[in-house]
Amino acid sequence: MLEAIDITARRGTAVLFNRLRLRVEPGRALLVTGRNGSGKTTLLRVLAGLTQPDDGAVTLNGSATGAMRAHIAFAGHAAALKDELTVEENLRALAELGGETVTHDALSSALGTVDLAGQRELPARTLSAGQRRRVTLARLALLPRALWLLDEPATALDTTGIGVLAELVTQRLRAGGIVVAATHQPLEWPPDRADSLALS
Amino acid sequence: MSTVAATALNEPDHGVFSAIRWAVAHDLRVALRSRAELAVQLLFYVIVVSLFPLASSPDRALLAALGPGVLWVAALLASLLALPRLFASDFADGTLEQVAMSPYPLPALVGGKALAHWLTTGLPVVVLAPILGLQYALDADVLKVVVLALLIGTPILSLLGGIGAALTLGARGGGGLLALLILPLYVPVLIFGAGAADAFRAGLSVSPNMSLLGAALLVALVGAPFAMAAAVRIAID
Amino acid sequence: MSLYRFSSPATFYALAGRMAPWFAGAAAILAAIGLWTGLVVAPTDFQQGEAYRIIFIHVASAWMSMFIYLVMAFWSIVALSFNTRLSAMLAQALAPTGAWMTFIALWTGSLWGRPTWGTYWAWDARMTSELILLFLYFGVIALRNAIDDARRADRACGVLTIVGAVNIPIIYYSVQWWNTLHQGASVSPTGSKMNTIMLTGMLVMAVAAWLYAIAVALWRVRAIILERERGSAWIEELPGMVRA
Repeated sequence: MLEAIDITARRGTAVLFNRLRLRVEPGRALLVTGRNGSGKTTLLRVLAGLTQPDDGAVTLNGSATGAMRAHIAFAGHAAALKDELTVEENLRALAELGGETVTHDALSSALGTVDLAGQRELPARTLSAGQRRRVTLARLALLPRALWLLDEPATALDTTGIGVLAELVTQRLRAGGIVVAATHQPLEWPPDRADSLALS
Repeated sequence: MSTVAATALNEPDHGVFSAIRWAVAHDLRVALRSRAELAVQLLFYVIVVSLFPLASSPDRALLAALGPGVLWVAALLASLLALPRLFASDFADGTLEQVAMSPYPLPALVGGKALAHWLTTGLPVVVLAPILGLQYALDADVLKVVVLALLIGTPILSLLGGIGAALTLGARGGGGLLALLILPLYVPVLIFGAGAADAFRAGLSVSPNMSLLGAALLVALVGAPFAMAAAVRIAID
Repeated sequence: MSLYRFSSPATFYALAGRMAPWFAGAAAILAAIGLWTGLVVAPTDFQQGEAYRIIFIHVASAWMSMFIYLVMAFWSIVALSFNTRLSAMLAQALAPTGAWMTFIALWTGSLWGRPTWGTYWAWDARMTSELILLFLYFGVIALRNAIDDARRADRACGVLTIVGAVNIPIIYYSVQWWNTLHQGASVSPTGSKMNTIMLTGMLVMAVAAWLYAIAVALWRVRAIILERERGSAWIEELPGMVRA
């Protein structure tokens, strides 16, 4: 269970959120909506333990998220791809960085899910924005973690891509995982499993 | 037996050694794909070392006195030149975020990055030094001292430089600010490192210099990864 | 009454305002005594004549240059450990004074060197060490200016200060190590037994410099508090504040 207790974040003199409390049960998703600059990304990073809140604490299953990195997968704005490496090398490196040992078959399966099997051997610099985002989805497929934190996951994705994202998320939720996503576009996630939080 | 083995296989190893191995393998793979960039940095080192005899008199005694110092200053400059590469691109493309979110200990990961930096910057300098030292009419024994001192000293430069590189992420001022921050830390290494050759040429023992360099390396090996990790977390906050 | 009360910038602002004039006054009095002792009362040195008198400023500033850095490092450790704003502000307030002390030490040392060694600069252990220290201070100040977010700057400068503090023992002990590496060290002012009056003058000046540094740091931290806490209600209530 993900829990945030009285978290406060400021940027300069502006207060992004003040004494915010939230709780997400396993198997449920939380969609964080709001205009640009409303603090969606900051909230996600606070939940991840990347950004220290000015006040308050975030716990996952009772422990601070900073200590629970083995159970969290974070997908930020940038896809963390090295232009010089191939798609496969990038994916393998990121999955191993997350602590997984990936077999050739697992990689093939993940790339197939996001329809990038053909680009496997190509350097990442040749990928379009949508394809880069799909590599992120493939990475998520390789990291079945208790908590997924996704920042604008549907950016640059076409309808097929959004469908793949929804499918991956649904599988994760069914397996008991928690997914929190910051988004300003509709994501087609199972409505009976998703709650919404609007930041202003 | 099978359950124990199964548990051991399923239990992911988030240890220090695996972290270092991942970081070195990843950074080396990326660096070796842009061999031109590495070659340019080495060429810079060669050019700097070769400029001094041209600018000063070709008097052999003078060159022999200058030689070790020039080799060291050039090694410093080469290290400084390559330092932004350590974290800047990872910071820009989101890799550093993923590194910070990794279950592997962050000091081990950044320590591995510093090791990869040394392998692509410091080690080539050490290998090239004897060849370039011939321009300065340095005899074989002096060159041995210089190479040994560089071998101990260049990793210190990569480790300390990594702290500066991490601290200046996202700060204005770029390379100039980095140089200003690192210089006070580099200067003692320079003094003791180049001083070893001077001591040798004066007929004194080199062991005080080498011991100090060795001690500095140990302190850097133990302390710098933690300082770098702290600086990285501050930068991505 | 808990001391934690003073860790709030608002409370400390008032306290610093009350304390600083006392430190400044005491510093002025002691400096007057010290300078009178050093320039008037102390006898002419047998070897160096009148020129040696500059040590009364030089030694005080050199000691302070290192001491202030260590205090900065202490407050940086506190700031990073407890995530407090005021400790970081104190470290920020000390840096310029420390840099000045280092600069004065180098300047007066150089002026002393001219009549003593015949040169304004010599790359000996002490002068080189002080120069490194000056660059350490410049680095901390430059990093502070280069990072826009105040809290991030606090933490980054804290890490830098602590890393640089490793240099201080090297700077301090390099004087001894230099003697083993290069025989024939330059003149050591604290070595041979010193005339009591000279010693007294030096110590008085050192304490004066210390009190001066405290006063200036308190005044500067008040300015830093005002700047960083602007917009807070308690600042609006201060006498003399013009409401925007």
